[in-house]
Amino acid sequence: MNDIATYNFAYLDEQTKRMIRRAILKGIAIPGYQVPFASREMPMPYGWGTGGVQVTASIIGPDDVLKVIDQGADDTTNAVSIRAFFKKVANVAVTTDTATATIIQTRHRIPEHPLTAGQVLVYQVPIPEPLRFLEPRETETRKMHALEEYGLMHVKLYEDIAKHGRIATTYAYPVKVEGRYVMDPSPTPKFDNPKMHRSPALQLFGAGREKRIYAVPPFTDVVSLDFEDHPFEVQTFDQPCALCAAENVYLDEVILDDHGGHMFVCSDTDHCEKRREEGHRGHLAPEMMEPAQ
Amino acid sequence: MTDEPLLRVSALSKFYGSRVGCDNVSFDLWPGEVLAVVGESGSGKTTLLNCLSTRLLPSSGTASYRMRDGQFRELYRMSEAERRFLMRTDWGFVHQNPADGLRMTVSAGANVGERLMAVGDRNYGKIRATAVDWLSRVEIEQDRIDDEPRAFSGGMRQRLQIARNLVTGPRLVFMDEPTGGLDVSVQARLLDLLRGLVTDLGLAAIVVTHDLAVARLLSQRMMVMKDGRVVESGLTDRVLDDPRAPYTQLLVSSILQV
Amino acid sequence: MPTPLVVSDVAKSFTMHLREGIKLPVVAGVSFSIKAGECTVLGGPSGAGKSSILKMLYGNYAVDDGQIIVTHDGGLIDLANASPRTVLAVRRQTIGYVSQFLRTVPRVSALDVVAEPLVERGEEREAARGKARALLAQLNLPEKLWALPPATFSGGEQQRVNIARGFITGHPILLLDEPTASLDARNRDVVIELIAAKKAAGVALLGIFHDHDVREAVADRIIDVTAFAPGKRAA
Repeated sequence: MNDIATYNFAYLDEQTKRMIRRAILKGIAIPGYQVPFASREMPMPYGWGTGGVQVTASIIGPDDVLKVIDQGADDTTNAVSIRAFFKKVANVAVTTDTATATIIQTRHRIPEHPLTAGQVLVYQVPIPEPLRFLEPRETETRKMHALEEYGLMHVKLYEDIAKHGRIATTYAYPVKVEGRYVMDPSPTPKFDNPKMHRSPALQLFGAGREKRIYAVPPFTDVVSLDFEDHPFEVQTFDQPCALCAAENVYLDEVILDDHGGHMFVCSDTDHCEKRREEGHRGHLAPEMMEPAQ
Repeated sequence: MTDEPLLRVSALSKFYGSRVGCDNVSFDLWPGEVLAVVGESGSGKTTLLNCLSTRLLPSSGTASYRMRDGQFRELYRMSEAERRFLMRTDWGFVHQNPADGLRMTVSAGANVGERLMAVGDRNYGKIRATAVDWLSRVEIEQDRIDDEPRAFSGGMRQRLQIARNLVTGPRLVFMDEPTGGLDVSVQARLLDLLRGLVTDLGLAAIVVTHDLAVARLLSQRMMVMKDGRVVESGLTDRVLDDPRAPYTQLLVSSILQV
Repeated sequence: MPTPLVVSDVAKSFTMHLREGIKLPVVAGVSFSIKAGECTVLGGPSGAGKSSILKMLYGNYAVDDGQIIVTHDGGLIDLANASPRTVLAVRRQTIGYVSQFLRTVPRVSALDVVAEPLVERGEEREAARGKARALLAQLNLPEKLWALPPATFSGGEQQRVNIARGFITGHPILLLDEPTASLDARNRDVVIELIAAKKAAGVALLGIFHDHDVREAVADRIIDVTAFAPGKRAA
């Protein structure tokens, strides 16, 4: 298309990409540390992943294969729009297949299929500062990170236990990276936290509105904060995926009717489809509901 | 009993431009000793307290503190990390306004437990048990442990602030008008509590107050400040019963008799 | 046995800065010593400076001139020039003081007011309370008052708490500032007994007693304070 020529490859100009790459490199050098960067206006509103888009735009090359997920799904508005955006401005190959993607931009999930060395996972981050809700002053939170004063993070977990009898934080669950910086993993469910630990993939985090980039290099320790007597636990589900019968995956609740009917299905749509192609069937899989087909 | 002071202050001065905050203040403080710094507003007592607690850097002079390992360290040569560590372990700071020293949006228990968690305590049960113990020591009922200090009265907030400060067993506590702004009856209870805690824990304390009755009740030693300078110092009862400096005499003669 | 306390050439005056700095001389040339096992009494009319002398010996009043040598912790200390910290140590270990009035502390029971000096000196709280009970009983303070803060007590009741607080410790020197002033005859006799017991224990006592009978009963020696009037020296 002609109008592509009016944009630089991957939308951002080369100077901006260099600036962002420097921030990324610094983030990789200091795992978990929030690097400020000059976030640009993007042709989409804040909250739509402008941070992640800028990171992706800065690292993507013509040979990359891009996958975009929104809460695990490849087919929701946000994912479809961003995928279309890069297809248009970078003319790159896109996919929904986790294993073949070289860059996966994500909002709030880590794919179920284990990531491999060479892959890059780009997180969209709304609020990068894990201490923010306890300490509103940016000057103070920076100092706390610099001096490794993280008692406050446990205050939040303490409050959870005091109020709910257990750590009730289920997403954006704080982690300590490489034994040093406490980091917000973005609003992924805590179910995904263990996947970050020593992942062979490079994990990059971009917060467009807050103008911060941070990173977890491959094979880095990522430990979820907890108490000795209230250890970190991931969510468990009583039943497997209603469509593909997968166990030990993160499930979304889907409302079926107005009478309280609902089912739990894989949040990772690609994973679910692959399993069904392989012949796995959950108790509400279409073939079983409508055997005639 | 040790023969070495806990804190040595020498020729400490703080100037705000050409204005004097405090000027050439020197004293030693020994473990278990309570020193009252009295004077009216603007006398420099709060500036002095802020310099000593390293919340403010002085213009000149030194202050050295005997660390738990017995070594003296010069406060103003320490790194900020070291000073902040000292602040939340071996020191306490009780603000006049409890809201300045508490986290108003987290529960009383978490307010008390924060310092423990900051020094690496990771056992919820133990942290909570310690919080319960401290709440009872400052006469706050156990069932208020999960309430936010916003729901507390002024006196309760102040007692909570004290518990939050003392939970790590500090050796030195700074207090800035700890009973200011409280009703007289609430004041009396707080003073009595403070007196008991200071004696039981063998705390050293520097208490800034304009209230001579508070100074008499809490302290063994006293410094009277005017215009940034120490005009008189000595045993609290000596200074109050036999004031020598003109300003101290004025101060003592101005006490309202009930 | 060393002389526990020697006062030599002590002078005291007050400078009233709020009244154009007029100087009020109180005493001058105060020289005496007290002995272990004896009760020395300061005599003379009101205003002669008896109370001021006691207060100087306790470090409560500053001293203009002279020395107050006290045997403390195996050495000699000049209280007239001692640091506040030293004065506090002397008060803790060597010199006890029974004032004329009790300075009450809100919310502290009479029993604990009495036991406090022992607790401060490292005695177990319960043991200290035991001794406090015995003393309060001896001084006929009704038992129902023991658990109450003395702020609301009558003058005589407060004074008995004060006496018990002063007598409970084993200080080798004890200063008494009119301890019997507001007591009835029965309790005056108890105080006389307490003083006799202290003497027998080798304590050096120095006191002011306006009550003639008490003075007669306890005094081994009377020092006439009018001899230390500042005018006398000048003349």
